[in-house]
Amino acid sequence: MPLIDVRNVTKIFGARPERALARLKAGAGKEAILAESGNTVGLYDVSLSIERGEIFVVMGLSGSGKSTLIRHLNRLIDPTEGEIVIDGNDILKLSIRELEAFRRQKTGMVFQRFGLFPHRTVLQNVAYGLEVRGEPRAKRHARAAEWVATVGLSGYEDQYPAQLSGGMQQRVGLARALCTDPEILLMDEAFSALDPLIRGQMQDQLIDLQSRLRKTIVFITHDLDEALRLGDRIAILKDGSLSQIGTPAEILLSPADDYVRAFVKDVNRARVLTVETVMKPPPLRLTDETLEQALAEMQRQGAEIGYVVNARGYRGVVTRDSVNAAIASRAGPTVDEIAVGAPSIAPGASLAEALPATLSSTYPLAVISRDGSLEGTLSAAQVGEILTPSKDLEAA
Amino acid sequence: MFIDIGKPIADTTNAFIEWLIVNHGDVFESIANALLTVLILIERVLRGAPPWSVILVAGLIAYAASRKPVLSVGVMVLAWLLGSLGLWEQAMQTIAIMLVSVGIAVIIGIPLGVVTARSDTARMLLNPVLDLMQTIPSFVYLIPAAMLFGLGKVPAILATVIYATPPLIRLTDLGIRQVDHAVVEASRAFGATRWQMLRGVQIPLALPSIMQGINQTMMMALAMVVIASMIGARGIGETVLLGLQRNDPGKGLVGGIGIVILAIIFDRISQAFGRRLQAYRAVEG
Ligand SMILES: Nc1ncnc2c1ncn2[C@@H]1O[C@H](COP(=O)(O)OP(=O)(O)O)[C@@H](O)[C@H]1O
Ligand SMILES: [Mg+2]
Repeated sequence: MPLIDVRNVTKIFGARPERALARLKAGAGKEAILAESGNTVGLYDVSLSIERGEIFVVMGLSGSGKSTLIRHLNRLIDPTEGEIVIDGNDILKLSIRELEAFRRQKTGMVFQRFGLFPHRTVLQNVAYGLEVRGEPRAKRHARAAEWVATVGLSGYEDQYPAQLSGGMQQRVGLARALCTDPEILLMDEAFSALDPLIRGQMQDQLIDLQSRLRKTIVFITHDLDEALRLGDRIAILKDGSLSQIGTPAEILLSPADDYVRAFVKDVNRARVLTVETVMKPPPLRLTDETLEQALAEMQRQGAEIGYVVNARGYRGVVTRDSVNAAIASRAGPTVDEIAVGAPSIAPGASLAEALPATLSSTYPLAVISRDGSLEGTLSAAQVGEILTPSKDLEAA
Repeated sequence: MFIDIGKPIADTTNAFIEWLIVNHGDVFESIANALLTVLILIERVLRGAPPWSVILVAGLIAYAASRKPVLSVGVMVLAWLLGSLGLWEQAMQTIAIMLVSVGIAVIIGIPLGVVTARSDTARMLLNPVLDLMQTIPSFVYLIPAAMLFGLGKVPAILATVIYATPPLIRLTDLGIRQVDHAVVEASRAFGATRWQMLRGVQIPLALPSIMQGINQTMMMALAMVVIASMIGARGIGETVLLGLQRNDPGKGLVGGIGIVILAIIFDRISQAFGRRLQAYRAVEG
């Protein structure tokens, strides 16, 4: 069961949304409704599921409804229609007291403009969530101090937000959100206001934290590079409706419409795509067969090449010719003896990292996972095909 | 062409006041007594203490509020001048009335400001009342107040509160509405209750504006002292009033200078405090 389940959520801003809702369902456009009744369509029929422990990125242009969507998840905004189920509970049914408790226990939020309390010190800002929970002062300050240290701001505990740089302020924002140990972290363009260099550092820090904390993170951004870097899955919003939900590779390799295509066309695919998303399925794998067994297997599967992986790890490549030659010269008893060492690549490597090896290798590169199993192969031709996506561009 | 509504309004009001006096006179009396008790206590402390100690405390308060030695010394010199003008006793009486009035204004004004900041309806309803309180001549409510509470200090306090509370309500409202929306949202996102939000975020961030309201309330309260003395409250206003009545412009001027000195003292202390509150409370860094 997903942790967060958003079902057919529609949000219409402005007075008396019912009429606008009816018009929307009858097919009227966003602009038409705004002109007719002054109602703004924030979201229209959005459904998505977010799994425990993933970083779910929501991307879209400014005004596409990203902030509106994320504010539904802790009910800073109530939907006009639809359901929001979190951890099995319909949060729209919560009373105001229950909702406050839900926010205190389950969620933390980081804001684009930081939203720090200007009259509180760094430590008091970070401790705010615990203060609201009613934790005793000593306990909440001790916890807050740990988080201040975790985000690298030790020594700044007693400074005020106005005394810090933007990047430092957002570290405070991140520490404040994490200090209550929430299951769900909501981040609305948390890094968008920062310089590119600082933004990169913050992304690294978030990835590093996430590898230890395994939170469920909903991350909003309008920056595709950031989305691809952080997201386990990405949802793309356009004018309040979802265009596509998928893994970074799915978004890049099969964009659902022209809007998504326009987003992805300038992406450096070599840096973003990993070997495992484009490799061919595993070819013939040999272990400790005798030469004759290997030859028979190659003939049966119609394979020209075999990849030898046995208890000692990846041993290299044999071809039908090399096996035939070895049989003729009565060399070694098994394929292991005659395998020619060849480079391999990890499934998580980027295409940019894999490209030199694929170019220098005579045979398609073996993709070997950390535990030593053969996952697939990657050839220079395949890489070339992915990196020059002629058909996508022509369609765009 | 005209219908006569003036007379019915006047008659109804008179009947109502009469009814209040007859049926609830004791309520007003106990209110008056409670106020008087507090007022007399403050007055006794101020007048009983040796003047040098009052001057010293004024200097300390000025320093605590501003952290500026110059201001502190200036306040002490001004306070000494009050005594040298021969107005010490009267000044202490005026300060006591002012403190009680401002205290009541704060107790009423800040909660009302919070309510109007929260609700546009409440603001819409209260606004004309505040306009009325500030524009209607004081004597209009002084007469019934004197009938209900008797002549003297209590109706003076009442008149001062009516006249001086509106700016505090308005500036509290403004201060809370001006708090950065993003900061309030952050507090809500962390599950703060309305009360926690108000106490921990909105009021602290509105404090500079609220302090400005208190400053204005103090100034307006001081402006009421002459009128208050006409219904029998003692104090510096009495000196001015005597000058008028006895055709003694010199005495009137001395009283006037005394009021100005008091105004400067309270204005500078409360302004300095407000400025110090401003530190770190800027919306964005
Ligand atoms: N409180 C509001 N009242 C009226 N319209 C709003 C409100 N909040 C957002 N909108 C409108 O809803 C749309 C989506 O806004 P938003 O979710 O902030 O977009 P994004 O975060 O993707 O830039 C915009 O057209 C915006 O003007
Ligand atoms: Mg936004």
